[in-house]
Amino acid sequence: MQSTKSLLSYRKRNTAIAATVFLIPVFLFILIFIVYPIINSFWLSLHNWNGISSNKVFYGLENWKTLATDTVFYKSFLNNIIIVILSIAIQLPIAMALAFLLDTGGKKLNFLKMVYFLPMLMSSVAVGFLFKYTYDPQFGLISAVSTLFGGEGMVDLLGNPKVAIYAVITVICWQYIPFYMVYFLAAFSSLPEELYEASIIDGATYGQYFWRVALPCMKGTVKSAAVLSLVGSLKYFDLIYVMTQGGPNGATELMATYMYKNAFQTMQMSYGSTIASGMFLVITLISLLTLRALNGREEA
Amino acid sequence: MTRKKNSAGKIIVALLALLWLVIAGAPFYFMVISAFKEQFEILTTGVFSIPKGFYMDNFAGVIKSQFYKYLLNSTFVVIVSLVLILVTALCAAYPFSRFKFKLNKPLFGLVVAAMAVPIHVTLIPIFQLTQKIHLYDTIYALIGPYTAFNLPISVFILTSFMAEIPKELEESAEIDGCGKYRTFFHIIAPLSKAGLATLAIYNAVNMWNEFSFALVLTQSAKSRTLPLSIWDFQGQYNSNVPMIMAVLTFCALPMIVAFAIGQDKLIKGMMAGAVKG
Repeated sequence: MQSTKSLLSYRKRNTAIAATVFLIPVFLFILIFIVYPIINSFWLSLHNWNGISSNKVFYGLENWKTLATDTVFYKSFLNNIIIVILSIAIQLPIAMALAFLLDTGGKKLNFLKMVYFLPMLMSSVAVGFLFKYTYDPQFGLISAVSTLFGGEGMVDLLGNPKVAIYAVITVICWQYIPFYMVYFLAAFSSLPEELYEASIIDGATYGQYFWRVALPCMKGTVKSAAVLSLVGSLKYFDLIYVMTQGGPNGATELMATYMYKNAFQTMQMSYGSTIASGMFLVITLISLLTLRALNGREEA
Repeated sequence: MTRKKNSAGKIIVALLALLWLVIAGAPFYFMVISAFKEQFEILTTGVFSIPKGFYMDNFAGVIKSQFYKYLLNSTFVVIVSLVLILVTALCAAYPFSRFKFKLNKPLFGLVVAAMAVPIHVTLIPIFQLTQKIHLYDTIYALIGPYTAFNLPISVFILTSFMAEIPKELEESAEIDGCGKYRTFFHIIAPLSKAGLATLAIYNAVNMWNEFSFALVLTQSAKSRTLPLSIWDFQGQYNSNVPMIMAVLTFCALPMIVAFAIGQDKLIKGMMAGAVKG
């Protein structure tokens, strides 16, 4: 009796030691490059510092007070929200339709799958540049199409504060629809084959199969895609930075670009950290609320 | 009746397929076709027109330029970070998927939470950390952040992959006197090859295209990666659009080839993430 007990505790300890050994590297990386920077960011936000001089002056909550009344920050937040809403509303349905098409089409559509996925393989910088030229009023694709339909050309979408953000969102959708397409495609192909066969034998059309059988099975996947899209849109940076730098006149400013400008262009490191920390709080809060709302409905 | 509806539906679906083919493909067509044009040809002839002669000087110019340095930097940082990610994720996924210990769930929860952290929150502190340890403006500066930010999702995907490996294999190894470490090296690690391949493609594409850290942590051409080369080329060839299109084409090429080869693996990997997530 005594010996089995000690053997058990020996094994337990053994497992604990092995687990520690295996987990040390991953948590080292997470602590140094993720946890520490978050804490450090909040710490910096309580100071007044330009990033270069050696004396950091403790500043209390002054930076946070400034942030609370910063209209540019609010404007950027609203722009982020516009991106969130339009991204989810445009990307997910189109991605779903394309994934369903590829799933029912099978292997013979492999070429389509390849082309559909191309945008996802380019860096945001490349996509940004490509579309800057596509949108170019002089020789871009959009102007060319507009003259094709009898317009006068010289359409300057990115230079117009009223439409610039929608022009950018179009590019964001173009770039990310393939991601959600593959995500949904993976979910479709993990549905049991019998489900599809049974519905077709019972006389269901493709449409009925999709709406009544496949889609309800994919509730969880759609939810996590929506959360991914939400978080992604709130922290958006690359494309905007390349295409408009937040312009014209702040029309496409986002929280992340505003943070970057403060920290690395006007060298207000501490205020940049305040924006970063504010962004972190906003994103965490919104994601938690969304997750709760989504899961809550499931239980009800 | 249903049959008729069905074929009408098919036509709509086919139209959609074609439409998206044009939308997804047109900018690529524009990019590649422009790269073969002479500098002013793009202004005089139409955007969609086939280039007069296949003008190769743009590509030759890119190859002769500093481009190879950026290419080497990108290759180096992607390979080193990738090895670190795969080894670390493999180690971490083993206890998460196979061990019973008190802290398993909370620690795994921490990894999942790390997946949602926006990198921009960490930019300023990591920028300062890099300066403090004198890695600023070197290619080595990127290895740490690249590894750390791709680890959480990799651990997550690999853990769900390992959970599928039958328990019996491990048990029989234990009965035969295999310890936890030998089991890991001789049974779990070899059986995780397929999962690792998926992660390799997924992470390589991500890091190859990464922009924010590269922008903040490096400054000079000697230590910058491909996505930033486009930036520097734009400064250099300001209005030479075909030249920049040639650069863009070159940058996208390696990942397109990698995807063509590993397409199915990538999709399978996303499946592991998608279904469990």
